[in-house]
Amino acid sequence: MSESEKWKKINKSKEERPKVQEYKNWKELPPIPISFPIEGNMGATGDWRTYRPVIDQENCNKCGFCWMYCPEGVIEKKEYGHFEINLLYCKGCGICAKECPTKNIEMVRESDIKDG
Amino acid sequence: MVEATNDFVQEKETIVIKGNVSAAYAAKSARVQVISAYPITPQTTVVEKLSEFVDNGLMPGTQYIKVESEHSVMASIIAASKAGTRTFTATAGQGLFYMFEMLHWASGSRLPIVTTIASRGAAPPWNIWADFTDVISCRDTGWMTAFCATHQEIYDEILMSYKICEDSDVLLPKFVAYGGFILSHTSKPVIIEDQDLVDSFLPPLPDEKGWPHIWFDPERPLMFGNLIMPSGFYYEFRMKIHDAMVRAKEKIKRVAKDFEKIFGRNYGNGLTQEYKMDGADVGMVIYGDLALQMEQAVDDLREEGYKVGMIKLRHLRPFPVEDIIEIAKKVPLLGVVDRATAFGSPTGGPVSCEVKTALHEVKGTARILPMINGLGGREVTLEQQKVQLKMLIKLNETGELPKDMLYGTLWDGLLEVK
Repeated sequence: MSESEKWKKINKSKEERPKVQEYKNWKELPPIPISFPIEGNMGATGDWRTYRPVIDQENCNKCGFCWMYCPEGVIEKKEYGHFEINLLYCKGCGICAKECPTKNIEMVRESDIKDG
Repeated sequence: MVEATNDFVQEKETIVIKGNVSAAYAAKSARVQVISAYPITPQTTVVEKLSEFVDNGLMPGTQYIKVESEHSVMASIIAASKAGTRTFTATAGQGLFYMFEMLHWASGSRLPIVTTIASRGAAPPWNIWADFTDVISCRDTGWMTAFCATHQEIYDEILMSYKICEDSDVLLPKFVAYGGFILSHTSKPVIIEDQDLVDSFLPPLPDEKGWPHIWFDPERPLMFGNLIMPSGFYYEFRMKIHDAMVRAKEKIKRVAKDFEKIFGRNYGNGLTQEYKMDGADVGMVIYGDLALQMEQAVDDLREEGYKVGMIKLRHLRPFPVEDIIEIAKKVPLLGVVDRATAFGSPTGGPVSCEVKTALHEVKGTARILPMINGLGGREVTLEQQKVQLKMLIKLNETGELPKDMLYGTLWDGLLEVK
């Protein structure tokens, strides 16, 4: 298989391309490794967290700063305009808590959370 | 983006220009789309000239980016290249060292970036004159490396480089190196080729889809440079870079042939260029600007009846192993002149180490005399090079090694203040 044929395998439109690229050996590989962004393709990175951000939903003014600043894009806007954090991937960096203008996000040590 | 302000089209003309200006003209002829620039002596006038071209509307559609450091130069060039553009920059010495981290990002991403290096000595002591230690320090970054001996060769090699780098079987970045000041700031006549002819020689510019193996498209987002675990294909991807580099040798030879056919200028087989090696008793392997003067030294000695020849090494990476072996079978003794250092290596000179490695275990090949010459822009005279050739002949006939060798290497032209 020539190099350009190998590209054709990956250089496809979103609809056409396969979910997973499989290669058996180095000769089959394309020139560089690429991956298509899918949720959690690096695993459940929430494992890395030491502090968990907890939003005080009652006092939240729904400004969206946390959603905008989250470097991992794990804060989701929900149907009533409030925000929820996807703890499967949140690494606990604390940027949302730091940026929250009303200081309604608290960083709580994971070991202090009773329900796990 | 600067719009074309006139309909100027480059026609074939011969102009007297500096080596750096020759590099700038080559980038213009190659229709590079993105130039990123940070000044450093002795390269500065390359990007100065290009900024003049862009400002005068002679390079319509070319984006000229000014950044704050060489590291950012390469970072921005990598981004531009990933987006699917033909890119160009120039640097030297300390600037190249500052760029170093990004060099691996370019080769690991398999981007066909061409960068000219007006080589200069590494500091300290501070030095801005010809010495190839800077570019050879980047030997193992996965960049191809070519040396130029003449002003014309700078122009020609840059054009050839785009054709080599953008080949689908190669896809690697490339340095085009020439001696700082000796070539960069001296003037010689250079033939600037007809734009249509250059366009027919070079591959077409990448379209909006970008390079086939990497693209930038918000509709089809893509992650590159991603983490690979030890059990993944990391090892194999590195192997592929080596594979591409070795296979690039064939491409370089083909491009040199094509180039000669279209433009009529010969650069040997692209990797090496023999000069008067027929019937020679001894030969000299030499690269960069020193090679041009060595041709004169060979001519002079041939007139005096000495059977000497030389081989101009045009590429360090990929290294022309087969050619070196072939040449080393023709003569019993080869001198290898380095204008660079590889401290603590078997010979002290980077290219002499490579030549020795290539010949290792090949029976019936030449004995090698490693030499180091002209570091930090030290003048190497024609007379000195003739003495070197005569010394090779003497060594071949009598086996008598020159005095003042240091660990088996001749450091020629050391200062002796009387």
